[in-house]
Amino acid sequence: MSQNLRTPSWLAQRSALWSRLGESLLTWRRGRLSRQDALKALEGYRVLARDVASARKALPGSPITAALETLYASLHAVVNREPRHTRASLRHLYAVEIPATVQELKPYLLGVWLLFALSTAAGWLLIHTWPSLVDLVASPAMIQHVEHGELWTDGLLNITPSSLLSVRIFTNNIVVTIFACVAGIFYGLGTFYVIANNGLMLGGVFAFTRIHGLDGDLLKFIFAHGTVELSMICLGGAAGVALGESLIRPKLASRRDSLQQCTARIARLFAALIPLLIICGLIEGFVSPDTAIGWPIRIFLGLANLALMFAVLSGRFFRSAAAA
Amino acid sequence: MDRRQAARCRIPAVIPGAAVNTEALIVTSPTGVNVELAIAGPGSRSYAFIIDWHIRILLALTWILGATLVQFGVVFLQVKSMGPAAVITLAPAAAIYFLYHPLVELAMRGQTPGKRMAGVRVTNRIGGTPSSLAVLIRNAFRLIDCLPAFYGVGLVMTIFSAQRVRLGDLAAGTLLVHDGATESKALSQLGSWSLNPNLDASTLALGNDLLLRWNDLHPERRRDLSRDLLRRIDTASGSAGDPRNIEALDDKGLRQRLRASLSGHAP
Repeated sequence: MSQNLRTPSWLAQRSALWSRLGESLLTWRRGRLSRQDALKALEGYRVLARDVASARKALPGSPITAALETLYASLHAVVNREPRHTRASLRHLYAVEIPATVQELKPYLLGVWLLFALSTAAGWLLIHTWPSLVDLVASPAMIQHVEHGELWTDGLLNITPSSLLSVRIFTNNIVVTIFACVAGIFYGLGTFYVIANNGLMLGGVFAFTRIHGLDGDLLKFIFAHGTVELSMICLGGAAGVALGESLIRPKLASRRDSLQQCTARIARLFAALIPLLIICGLIEGFVSPDTAIGWPIRIFLGLANLALMFAVLSGRFFRSAAAA
Repeated sequence: MDRRQAARCRIPAVIPGAAVNTEALIVTSPTGVNVELAIAGPGSRSYAFIIDWHIRILLALTWILGATLVQFGVVFLQVKSMGPAAVITLAPAAAIYFLYHPLVELAMRGQTPGKRMAGVRVTNRIGGTPSSLAVLIRNAFRLIDCLPAFYGVGLVMTIFSAQRVRLGDLAAGTLLVHDGATESKALSQLGSWSLNPNLDASTLALGNDLLLRWNDLHPERRRDLSRDLLRRIDTASGSAGDPRNIEALDDKGLRQRLRASLSGHAP
């Protein structure tokens, strides 16, 4: 291209097209593209690539080139946008991807359960041997309640409504589970701390309530929701260990790539964990503190919740729903 | 499937590659023309975060005030005695505050009002819009990035990491890049640009750039620049008149004359 004479006429010819592309881009950025729009975007991207190359040669460093490069980069982002097949993706996620991830995490899960069990036993032993250390694992209010011969959960519903209690509980559980997972980024040590700390607290509190003859009441309180809740936290912990291992022993060329691959795989798990934790929170808010509800209903709810968890994590629930 | 079809199936798809340095993400596009995206540093990140923080605080407070006024007619908050009313008042406010980033980024494909105002956006490592999963991952890691306080871990990471990323970006495979808002402004004004076919491209670019930035420049400086440019245009077009005419023009006159010269309608 002869720079001196033909560039302005080329600019004049192309500027209308660029303006049109810029206007269309605003719509394309916002929502889902129709097939026609996608083809237009691709065509525009190709045409603009040529124009950017010409502008870089004819007008290096000019605002026109910078503007075209920006438009080109924005179109690049639109063209390289991942497709969204929401319904099909969700079905595949619950029926195939989550069960596969759980299978992959089984060895880690076993290890995390073991760590949790050992730290629970350690917590029990610690408080059983030295009860004065209870303030390490329980708040002063909890200790005061137990020393007066009642659980801190007794009369909880008189203070806070079940709905608010549920929201608070499941929010806290979701945060703890996500934290147990993401803390694995510190080479798994963060996860180790979260799981061991939770186990230590559970064991310590059980030992303390046993000293005051309230351990049966505590078990009654946690049975309906606790089985699944603790399983979810351990599963989050297993995901965190996998995250840590992806950094310690990367399976790809770099640690960064390995971490990204592992995170993308385990993040899908939370699509199952979060709904299950919400159910646990609802049980803990509405059923567990209600002293009028007896053991049979609690056992039934606890087992039903456990069965639901296995059905969701194994993918059977969604495969059978799809088959029906 | 015949042999030709089988051979076609084996042709690998053109996957864009990308190279990242501390300053820019350079994406090799299948078109052969690279895309260069400037990486945003801790300053732009913090600026965007502070704007977003103000927005979510304001939204949450507005909700609390609105809900309390609707329920009680007075702005009075006493959680323990309010019972179910507290759920309506506090739960959505907490949800607004804590879910602002993941929900807004999901809805706006990696953007938030704060990021838009700071002129930055989230991209994946090939310069595209990040997937929903990547957006959720980068937000889940805020739990670590915000430790021990005021995004300490995240801030240290953005200062010392090679690509100015926090842990969430590292795990999700995302980057924060500049959006090119100034350049977009130039593009939106391209339709109104003056393109005299008798002038060379560099003079045109310079002149239009001067007109674009007219109000941002110091009056004396823009007058000097426009006079120099007008003399150059007159010499190039062979219509050099009395130089005193140009000297006599005021700020407004110079602007009009420059626009006319660039579009080829000069007197």
